[in-house]
This record gives sequence, structure tokens and C-alpha cells, in this order.
Amino acid sequence: MSGARAWVAAAVLLAVLPWIPGLQSDSARSLLTQMGIAAVFALSYQLLLGQTGLLSFGHAVYFGLGGYAAIHFLRAVNGGWPIPVPLVPLAGAIGGLIAGIVFGAFTTRRAGTTFALISLGVGELVYAASLMLPGFFGGEEGVTASRTRAPYIAGLDFGSQVQVYYVIAFWLLVATAVIHHFLRTPVGRLCNAVRDNPERVEFIGYDPQRIRFIAFALSGAVAGLAGGLHAINYEIVASEALSAARSGAVLLMVYVGGVGNAIGAILGAVAITWLQVNLSDYTNAWLLYLGLLFMAIVLVAPQGLAGVALAHLRAFRARRLAPIFRAYAIFALPASAAALGAVTLIEIAYRRSTQPEVGAVLRLFGIPMDTATAWPWLGAVALLVAGVLVAKRAWPRVDSAWGAARG
Amino acid sequence: MMEIAVFSLLNGAVYGLMLFMLSSGLTLIFSLMGVLNFAHASVFMLGAYFSWQLSRWVGFWPALVAAPLLCGLVGAAIERFGLRRLHRVGHVAEILFTFGISYVVVELVVMAWGRNPIENRVPASIDFAAFRLLGTSYPFYKVLMTAISVAMFAFLYAAFKRTRAGLVIQAALTHPTMVSALGHDVPRLFVLVFALGSALAGLAGVIGGFALLTEPNMAANLGPIVFVVVVVGGLGSITGAFIASMLIGILQTFAVAVDYSLLDVFRAMGRVVDRSSPLYELFSIKLAQAAPILPYLLLVLVLIVRPRGLMGTRDT
Repeated sequence: MSGARAWVAAAVLLAVLPWIPGLQSDSARSLLTQMGIAAVFALSYQLLLGQTGLLSFGHAVYFGLGGYAAIHFLRAVNGGWPIPVPLVPLAGAIGGLIAGIVFGAFTTRRAGTTFALISLGVGELVYAASLMLPGFFGGEEGVTASRTRAPYIAGLDFGSQVQVYYVIAFWLLVATAVIHHFLRTPVGRLCNAVRDNPERVEFIGYDPQRIRFIAFALSGAVAGLAGGLHAINYEIVASEALSAARSGAVLLMVYVGGVGNAIGAILGAVAITWLQVNLSDYTNAWLLYLGLLFMAIVLVAPQGLAGVALAHLRAFRARRLAPIFRAYAIFALPASAAALGAVTLIEIAYRRSTQPEVGAVLRLFGIPMDTATAWPWLGAVALLVAGVLVAKRAWPRVDSAWGAARG
Repeated sequence: MMEIAVFSLLNGAVYGLMLFMLSSGLTLIFSLMGVLNFAHASVFMLGAYFSWQLSRWVGFWPALVAAPLLCGLVGAAIERFGLRRLHRVGHVAEILFTFGISYVVVELVVMAWGRNPIENRVPASIDFAAFRLLGTSYPFYKVLMTAISVAMFAFLYAAFKRTRAGLVIQAALTHPTMVSALGHDVPRLFVLVFALGSALAGLAGVIGGFALLTEPNMAANLGPIVFVVVVVGGLGSITGAFIASMLIGILQTFAVAVDYSLLDVFRAMGRVVDRSSPLYELFSIKLAQAAPILPYLLLVLVLIVRPRGLMGTRDT
């Protein structure tokens, strides 16, 4: 599939998604909406890290400032400005663009480690400043507005979740298209060149700083768009939108999904949002699992989930998947034993330290465990250690199966 | 007024020394390996928790020694089992790995010690007035902390300048391939330096645990400031890290004591800004309120005026 057909397919998929059985409830549609917002934000981050090679620890600044721009704009719309709600996120994009231009002017002078540090500093600066200026930022409570008190277009009042979903799906497509086409312009190509070899770019007569600046500003605009979508979905923007936690979350999403291309970023946004919403219902330790997943990806699969999927697809096309799966089957037993041991250990430790009021007995995988006795701890540790030791011996099989598949 | 100035200076110096203990380890690791260690502040936090836990088991003095050593072990493990594999992949992967560790450590701390702050009090044996100055007494434990920090740096300085291992590390900072060609085990040096930096962070944690709140957010609160110190001082420069630590320590401590805003300044100059001005809110922030953002403002200022940092020699 290429060109126009891929875009039509993506549009059709986004259009039918909320009507697929199982996704018709308000909560499922709300989850889809959150995934869409996260995907736009992740796309902007992928442009920065994956395409231009700028590792930022403060990207929430542009998301948040865009969100504030949009929510203040929406308030003005509530006050009588004749602008329909679907255009409000554009105010966010403009806010993000301006913030990107202002901060990008001095932060993009450097790349690499220094840029990472500076982005962190700017992130902390803006977050701390937002708490100091409650007039504009609304303090911890945030700024609220209503998306239903606005001029209706075609009778849509945006009171229902599915209408908001379509606004977000539309902007997701627009953002994807803008970034896709930007990367095919000469400037977009130069972004990749700056990532790979800035000295050579300088040598052929371009200024890497300028190119980084352009990519940064565009990334800021798309992040601001995501903030604007956040504003119309939640009808509130608080300083949390600017926080280091949000900056960290988008980095996790893009890296777990796959930093190499837009599909990886969207995949990561969808997967991590799903985990955030669902895993947090089951366990208090979900951030720990997320952190461990992230570290495992960095160590073992730097191309992320999308890279892993692609590698399997290639092996499948080369008809080499069967031996790999056989090796997996052998590896899976000790690996799942180790995982089971680790999960048990984490869960009982969490229960003991964070929720002593719930009681010492914890039901895990249908088995009641008394955290006050030594047995669950010993059993979990034994399972973990034995699993890891056997898995270590089984790993070379997987490795060599992959080696054979790659030829 | 005099009293506030003197005590702000003293407290600022103690805080600055703690920042220096953190930033010197960070900058040492950075110069040797090019790795920006995001887990550094997490190790600092572990130092605070370890010392609290060990104090309850074996008493304060043994804990003061054991907690930094444990942190050194943690650092060595991070290098040996994590970063060493990533060294050839590139710096971004290394930074991200340590970033992942910083996430995990917070959760592990929650797992071991809970979400609420622990009562990390100064032990009774060192909690008495050391001297009286301008009518106010100065606690002994702060004097002790200062003494420990200074002694540690004197020791490190001597070790770097006077011992063979110190010379090899110094050489490896600038010429790693040459040092390795001469038959020194550079990967082992990496582990050693990582352990040393982490132990320093742990020691800072023992001291900082009394001054700051010992809670799971501790690392996230202090980490960015340490990075600011390192950038302002100049990446890789120990002297720069010292100057920047003291500067930021004293600046922040003084700012907290100043209860004036820009409005007061304008008033003193004979101009009255009233509420109708669009920037009224900005002008009305008191310096004491603005103390948390001062390090970051300094960072932005330094980046615009002198991008390589105060004592930096190279543009990274």
C-alpha cells in the first residue's frame, strides 16, 4: 500500500474505530480519544528525537503552553468569539509554535547531551514559573472552559465523547500528514542529515543550528496541537500538563513504540496509554513495570516494539519464522516463571509498604498469599532465581535462531 | 539584617557543599565516559534512605560510612551490568538507560519504605549547639557535615594528584585510548569512577537527608538542580562545578530570606505599578517565592551569555 491509498485506509480506520463492537462504550471511546491525543504528542516528539536526533526531557513545555493557549482561547469562545470548537486546537498549535520559537532560539544552539540538559532546565523553569503565576496558569487547579458553549456547526455541540473523538482523529491525520510531508521537503531531509552527521551538513553549506531550530519549532507546534486537543477533551488545563512527568511519559511512549518512524511513535502512544489506563486498575506498581519495560527495550530492542514487529515480519517473509518460534517456545517456560516470581515479589512488597491497611493477605493469580509470613517471599525469590538461571541457558537458542534468520 | 546575612551565607555554604558533592561525582562520570547519569540523584536518594535504615540497625556512625559504600556498589552495578553493554551503542541509549533507572528507583523506594516521607531526624548525639553567633546558636551537625564534605574533598584531591591510580584516571579522562594502549584496564576504571561518583552522591544523601525531606520525590526535586550546576559550571570541569554549586547554594538560600518584589523596587524608584498593568502579577512575585526558579534562570542566562559554562573549556 502506498501513497493516497494508505491515507484513505488510515482515515477509514479512524472513522470506523469507535463503532467496532467493544469500542462503542463511552469509556472505550474516551480511551481512544486519549490515545489520539498521546499519538499527536508522540508524533511531535518523534520528529524531534527520531528524525532530528534531539533528546528532550522537557517536551511537555510545548504541550502544556499549547494547552493553555487553547483553553484561554476556548474561554474567549465561551465569551462570544464566533469560532467553532474544532478549530480551537489550532490556537494550541500556534501557542506551541511561539513557545518553540522563543525557547528553541537558544536551546537548539547545541545538540546531544547539552541539549538534553538544557531542555530539562527549561522544563523545570516553565513548570516552576507556572506555579508562581496563578493568574494565567490557574495554579494547581488549572484553567477551565466549556466546549459546549460555542457556535455549533452542522448541529454538533460536542457534548458527546464520539464527537470529540472525531475532532481528535481529524487533527491526528492532519498532524501525521504535515510531518510526513515536511520530512520529504529538503529541510526535512536535512533534519535526518543533521541527526546523522552535523559536520557534513555544515560542510555542504547548511547551518545545523538553523535546521535544528526549524524542526524544533515545528515539533513545538505539533506538541501544542496535542495540548489543544487535551484542552478540548478535558475542558481543563492545569500545571500538570507542563510537568516533568509528562515529558518523561512521551519519551517513554516514543522509545517503547519505536523511535525510528511515525508508526512506532503512534504504536507507543497507543500501547502506553492503554497500559496507563488499564494496568493502574490492577496494580499500584504499574510505574515500576513501565520503567522495567523501558529499560528492557533500551537494553535489548533499541528499535522498540515497532522494530521487533518489523523484524518478525521480515523473518516471516523469508520463511525463517518457524525455528525462531521453536526457540521462543523453549525460552518462554523459564522466562514466564521468572516473570511470575518477579511480579509476585513486586506485588507483595507493594502491598506491605503502601497499603498495610488493606490487610496482609493478598490474592494473586487466584492464590491467597499472606505477606506477613516468609513463604510467599521465599517462593517468589526461588521462582525468580530459578527462572532467570534457566532462561539464561535457553537464550543462546533464540539468539542463534535469529542469527540464522538474518543469514 | 546582619544576622540574616551571616546565617544565609553559612546555610548556603552547607547546601552548596552538598550540591558540589553531587555535581562533582556527576561531572567526573561525565568527563570520563561522556555519560550523563540521570540516576545520579536517585543514588543520592538511596543514600538518604540507606543511612536512615542502617542508623536504626547499627547506629549513626557506622551508617555514615556504610551508606555511601552501598551506594558505590549500586553505582558499580549500574555501570558493570547496564551501561557497559550500551557503551558502543551511543550516548543517547546510555542516558535513556539511566533515565529508566531513575524511574525504577523511585518505585523501588516506594516499595521498600512507602510513599510518605520518613522521619529522618538528626541523631541526638550530634544535635546540639556548636557555637552562638549574633545571639543565635548554630547546630553542631551542620558544622560536622561541613567538616565531612571538606575532608572528603581534601582526601579526593590528594588521591587524584598524589596516587598512581589517580594519575591513571586523570589520564583516562583526556586520553582513554592511550591509557588503554599502555596496558591499563579502562573498563575497570569506568566501574571505579562510577562507584566513586555514586559513593559521593550517597554521602551527599546522608547529609542531605537531614536538610531535605526524605521522600520518594527527593531525587526528582534535586536532580534538575544538580544538572543546572553541572551546565553552569561547565560540563566536565570540577572547579566550575564547585563555583556553580556555591553560587547556586548561596543564591537560593539568600533569595528565601528576601521578602521584596519588583513592585517594591519600582516603588523605591518612585514608580507605582497598579493592578491594571498586564505584568502586575509578574512584578508582584516576591524574591523568596521565586527562589526555586533562580537556578534555572541562571542556566538560561549562562547559556545565552557564555554557552560553555563558567569554567568549561569545550563546546559539547
